[in-house]
Amino acid sequence: MVFKKLTARWFAAVAGVLSMLLVSVANAAYTLNLTEGVTPISRDLHGLHMIVFWICVAIGSAVFAVMAWSIFFHRKSRGAKASNFHESTKIEIIWTLAPLLILIAVAIPATSTLLDLEDATTDADINLQVTGIQWKWKYRFVDEDVEFISSLAQSSRDVIKDPLGNENYLLEVDEPIVLPINKKIRFLFHSNDVIHAWFVPALAVKQDAIPGFINDSWAIIEEVGTYRGQCAELCGIEHGFMPIVVEAVTQADYEKWLNGKKAEALAVAAAAEEKWSMEDLIAKGEAVYKVNCSGCHGVTGAGIPGVFPAMTGSSVVNGDIADHIDIIVNGKAGTAMAAFKSMLSDVDIAAVVTYERNALGNSVGDMVQPSAITGLR
Amino acid sequence: MTNATTTTEHVDHDDHGPAYGLTRWITTTNHKDIGTLYLWFAFIMLLTGGSFAMVIRAELFQPGLQFVEPHFFNQMTTMHGLIMVFGAIMPAFVGLANWMLPLMIGAPDMALPRMNNWSFWILPFAFTMLLSSFFMEGGAPAFGWTFYAPLSTTYAPASTDYFIFGVHLMGISSVMGAINVIATILNMRAPGMTLMKMPLFVWTWLITAYLLIAVMPVLAGAVTMMLTDRHFGTSFFDAAGGGDPVMFQHIFWFFGHPEVYIMILPAFGIISAIVPTFARKPLFGYSSMVYATGSIAILSFMVWAHHMFTTGMPVAGELYFMYATILISIPTGVKVFNWVTTMWRGSMTFETPMLWALGFIVMFTIGGLSGLMLGVAPVDTQYHDTYFVVAHFHYVLVTGALYSIIAAFYYWVPKWTGNMYNETLGKIHFWWSTIAVNVLFFPQHFLGLAGMPRRIPDYALQFAEFNMISSIGGFSFGLAQVFFLFIIIKTIKGGKKATDIVWEGATGLEFEALPSPAPYHSFNTAPEVK
Repeated sequence: MVFKKLTARWFAAVAGVLSMLLVSVANAAYTLNLTEGVTPISRDLHGLHMIVFWICVAIGSAVFAVMAWSIFFHRKSRGAKASNFHESTKIEIIWTLAPLLILIAVAIPATSTLLDLEDATTDADINLQVTGIQWKWKYRFVDEDVEFISSLAQSSRDVIKDPLGNENYLLEVDEPIVLPINKKIRFLFHSNDVIHAWFVPALAVKQDAIPGFINDSWAIIEEVGTYRGQCAELCGIEHGFMPIVVEAVTQADYEKWLNGKKAEALAVAAAAEEKWSMEDLIAKGEAVYKVNCSGCHGVTGAGIPGVFPAMTGSSVVNGDIADHIDIIVNGKAGTAMAAFKSMLSDVDIAAVVTYERNALGNSVGDMVQPSAITGLR
Repeated sequence: MTNATTTTEHVDHDDHGPAYGLTRWITTTNHKDIGTLYLWFAFIMLLTGGSFAMVIRAELFQPGLQFVEPHFFNQMTTMHGLIMVFGAIMPAFVGLANWMLPLMIGAPDMALPRMNNWSFWILPFAFTMLLSSFFMEGGAPAFGWTFYAPLSTTYAPASTDYFIFGVHLMGISSVMGAINVIATILNMRAPGMTLMKMPLFVWTWLITAYLLIAVMPVLAGAVTMMLTDRHFGTSFFDAAGGGDPVMFQHIFWFFGHPEVYIMILPAFGIISAIVPTFARKPLFGYSSMVYATGSIAILSFMVWAHHMFTTGMPVAGELYFMYATILISIPTGVKVFNWVTTMWRGSMTFETPMLWALGFIVMFTIGGLSGLMLGVAPVDTQYHDTYFVVAHFHYVLVTGALYSIIAAFYYWVPKWTGNMYNETLGKIHFWWSTIAVNVLFFPQHFLGLAGMPRRIPDYALQFAEFNMISSIGGFSFGLAQVFFLFIIIKTIKGGKKATDIVWEGATGLEFEALPSPAPYHSFNTAPEVK
């Protein structure tokens, strides 16, 4: 009986696995090979990849064919008698030089592609500064006075326990970066904390964002579309939750978007002038907290003991409000706590301070107006 | 290659056996006992690091976070890497060196037996220290086995200091082990055993030992700088204090790349011993094998920054490191060609050690070819830090290094215990592992090319299929190694008695000049090699 039960369970498990496979097939198509991408460089890289790949296939096939021949025909069970040859300087020289020629054949296109890949400065149309921050990306158009932060969309966080069926799970952001097609975009990478890497396969851009350095890379996107990528360098707890979404649009649409962003920035600045009610601040603060703080301090404010302090019952949160604001605005040196003045607006900071003091198990009861933050910058 | 003239009779006036009980293992200075200790330690670590891999594969079985939190997942990837590299592969090779070097060169023991005892007994303490960090507040190190600053300095959990001291201890152990290997090989060869008559396993270990002495202090330097950055206000790797996070990577990989060869050169030696035995034909191109090993070792010091093509190196640097890197494929290719030619027109049989060796050659070649692809700098910007890299280094380290260690076990265990392993079980172990390991790692090439970054606890839906397949392969491969434990114990306990020569085509002092099992003290009188 027990055995029968176990078998039934085993079958159920196998059926479950198979159906999950089928469901996920329906969800998103898998790929076997490198993408050709949508930039001149990505196409060059794909071509180079295929050349090297086929050379490897050819070498591998030749080696394995000889091996298979020996294994099949030179086996003792077929009566094969062992020869005794064991040296030939001529052969050794041949199979040292032949691979050298193949390598030179690979190195020539590789060199020209590399020189092309590294030439980010010549004739760049748009300079885009990309800053890696645990665990989001900040974009700043150097010549346009437009900057914003892009982080994982709430829609992905909501289904983290069971994401099947959620299109673009972990590859969706709250604010995608919009770029015009057919323009040379020069990316300038840099980090506020640890090393990140900005990786979008279709653009063939992967470059480390390193604190204290500015690295560059470039792309000319040739097709309108949405291109997704992720952080590629381990950067801490939420490394897997730091996606990139690039929307490539026409020049006209790009300009429209840019103007919209500028208007938005003005509205944000104006909002800081207003007087906010406590309820509004707490509601706003909750959203800010989820995106910016919950990665370390936990959605419920529990933190991670020994790594990230809890918010619930924290002496900073429950202490003097000026100190609380200071630590958010300026960060805490020597720890993972970043200076959020470069990432959050006055309203955001005021809201999140008010939220932390009056939620997550805390009830200090006080609040701070956005206008009070302005003077602290 | 070597001809021994001594008989297997072994006359000794004050021969004494091992001490009894636990004291035997704690106080032993016998190279065979210490070799056994190293091998068991490595096996325990293999299962420990393997169980971490099972956690990783369970979490990655399907999209979404089901079993562990991201912080714990990062601890798993970090500790899996550290344990496998420093706890499993390296000690296993040292264990094989301890057992086999004296037997292969006709020496009575290692040159520095007491230091030998110490180099082993440091390890259990080092790894207890490292593993204890799991139970500390903040958890174990979670910054990857490459521990890039500043994630491993400013942003790391408090337990990182235990990791630092653990690494120091491992380094001391490795350096002492290497000194011992060099002293033994250079001073204790039997009369007539010239350098160019040494078995390749001896040669590769001699070169590996020099690599160890050269680079373990570099690693010690890196972790010491981390320590002072963390606690004493220095800024070696902190940009805010004028330091340089990229310098950390240069230092780490100056250690790390030769380290890769530390884990594969002894494997080359093992394969070069096994293939001729079962092809019943001398190794093709012995001297070119020696020179190839030397060239690989020298080149290994000059290619480190190919791990850093996306850090923003100047283009001249990238070009240099690309050329130097793809150049390594030449001596490595020479080795593969030599093995294949050794088989050519041989008289081959396929006992378990040969199967593992053939598996090594095929799959190590696959890993080597994907390594060539990774060496091409411009396309590496697409492969770097994706599962393509994960697939590559597991092909060279699991189906390369680990396969050679398992092959060595089956090849020499009759000499160690006097018992033959069960051939059927050995073959099941091989085919089971080989199918599983390819189901495990081959799909990871596709995942990487599709753009899945490594070290992520959760992934987008287009990666779901291959991750599930990979996980199934992973569980199966893990189970196969538990089955291996059963084979090991069964072989130690009994089995068909091995002959002195063990294999029909075996050559070398360990087979030709010693009985099976090899006596506790061997070669008290040096054999003469003609």
